[in-house]
Amino acid sequence: MTPSSSKVTWPSLFTALMYAFMYAPIIVLAVYSFNESRYSAGWEGFSLRWYRALFSDRRIFAALQDSLTVAIVAVAVSAVLGTLMAIGLARYQFRGKALYRGVSYLPLIIPDIAIAVATLVFLTSVAVPLSLSTVIAAHMVFCLAYIAVVVSSRLQSLDPNLEEAALDLGATPTQAMIKVLIPQLAPGILAGCLLAFVLSMDDLLISSFTAGGGANPLPLEIFSRVRTGVKPDINALSVVLILGSALLSGLAEYVRYRSEKRRRLSG
Amino acid sequence: MATKLAWIDRLSHDRWLGPVTLLGPAGVWLLLLLVIPTLLILDISLVPGLRLGQPSGGYGLGNYLQILQPVYLRVMFRSLSFALGTTVLCLGLGFPVAYWIALMAPQRWRNVLLVGFVLPLWTSSLLRAYAWTTILRPTGVLNSVLGVLGLPSQNWLNTPTAVFIGLTYSFLPYMVLILYASLEKLDTRLLEAAADLGATPRQSFWTITVPQTLPGIAAGCLLVFITSLGDFVVPTLLGGASSMNIARLIYNQFLGPTRAWGFGSALSMVLILAVSLAIALLLKYGDRSTLTETSQ
Repeated sequence: MTPSSSKVTWPSLFTALMYAFMYAPIIVLAVYSFNESRYSAGWEGFSLRWYRALFSDRRIFAALQDSLTVAIVAVAVSAVLGTLMAIGLARYQFRGKALYRGVSYLPLIIPDIAIAVATLVFLTSVAVPLSLSTVIAAHMVFCLAYIAVVVSSRLQSLDPNLEEAALDLGATPTQAMIKVLIPQLAPGILAGCLLAFVLSMDDLLISSFTAGGGANPLPLEIFSRVRTGVKPDINALSVVLILGSALLSGLAEYVRYRSEKRRRLSG
Repeated sequence: MATKLAWIDRLSHDRWLGPVTLLGPAGVWLLLLLVIPTLLILDISLVPGLRLGQPSGGYGLGNYLQILQPVYLRVMFRSLSFALGTTVLCLGLGFPVAYWIALMAPQRWRNVLLVGFVLPLWTSSLLRAYAWTTILRPTGVLNSVLGVLGLPSQNWLNTPTAVFIGLTYSFLPYMVLILYASLEKLDTRLLEAAADLGATPRQSFWTITVPQTLPGIAAGCLLVFITSLGDFVVPTLLGGASSMNIARLIYNQFLGPTRAWGFGSALSMVLILAVSLAIALLLKYGDRSTLTETSQ
């Protein structure tokens, strides 16, 4: 250990400043959500009026419901498709495999706006009316791609001996997959699902282009409100959502911690 | 890898778990909702003047030539400078942070410190950009603070300055995450050996630390460049009318009043091409492993 770690140095000071930079906007939102005033930046007393306004706002709740429906359905279906794809890519060699794998990376690489535009053009050209279902279909594209990537990396770090043993002991391949492979992949699948869930809840562009008039996921509702200026009830909403995602990220870290601990114990 | 996954070959004789079952559903989905749509916009980008609900003419390069008009070239140039500037800022600010967490912070706190730095990524990107409007608007927090300090007030909201702040804020955690992964693997014995042989800290930084972490630097820069090049939320909420970039221009062609789908598709193809070019450059001149590292 270097002696510099115990006293205040320029790098540690700079890092502290960067932590402040990362958290300042979030703290500002949280503080202002309790501010009585609508327009002023000054503090005009503690108030819960923006939370009252938020919780009596039916549009926000309808939008949240749309977002949760999209995220839960898209992630649930993608969890199955993405996991099967990751296992398939690890298991088989075939002509065009590099192409298949390359295409599966595209949703991670192509900017959202281009994917959104392409999906809209496609849906229009096959005359599918835009609705919540089209949003789900579009979200599945990036959800399954992210889940497959996370599961793939977990697949590579697995201990192959357990499956060998299962097969040696007479398990059928299907049994070996369901009873041995899937439980071992579970932390990876869960981590992938959490990532996909957060990305789906956060998505503005792909939803904007595929929702039409029939659906109004939360990011669309927030965007249409904040683009015209500061809205104090959106501050309150931010705090509620941040608490929600803090809970989710805590869960994700816990899952990671548990699986790492187990791996360390078994290894 | 081949030996490690050898057991997998033994599974391939199963009736139910054939390649079609495993790779079919996801493959069909990607083909239907990603590959075909992308080919479709390539197709309509080659139909000049295509608008929604109008009969289209023949093929041509008119939509691409339209991008070369000065007003649109400025948008392209602005998008590029947003992306390049953000990349430089994220590298400059992120490297010291990643370095401190990976090499100088107490060992047992490193994971916590890293998770703490990237935690804001879990909150909505829209709300994080909105938070900056609260800070940067003329009567916002920044000017209250500047006023208390006796400094002149700044009017940064709806200027490119606000876009740079917002983009850097949005993508700094990704940069730190990737640089950390690279710096964590740095062989510190090399630094000790260099010090023993009389190298100054500055010398060993430029001759050991930077070359050893170059793949991570390249991957981090690529990720920040790509994501900020195609960003829509930050320039829209923080940049105002003066900060039109390519994503906003595309958005307007489809959801705005113009409905020029052909031109919007051409812009999308240019954006995809720019991103592909950046990746190709990394694959050619960088370490191939960095891309797969990034995606994991």
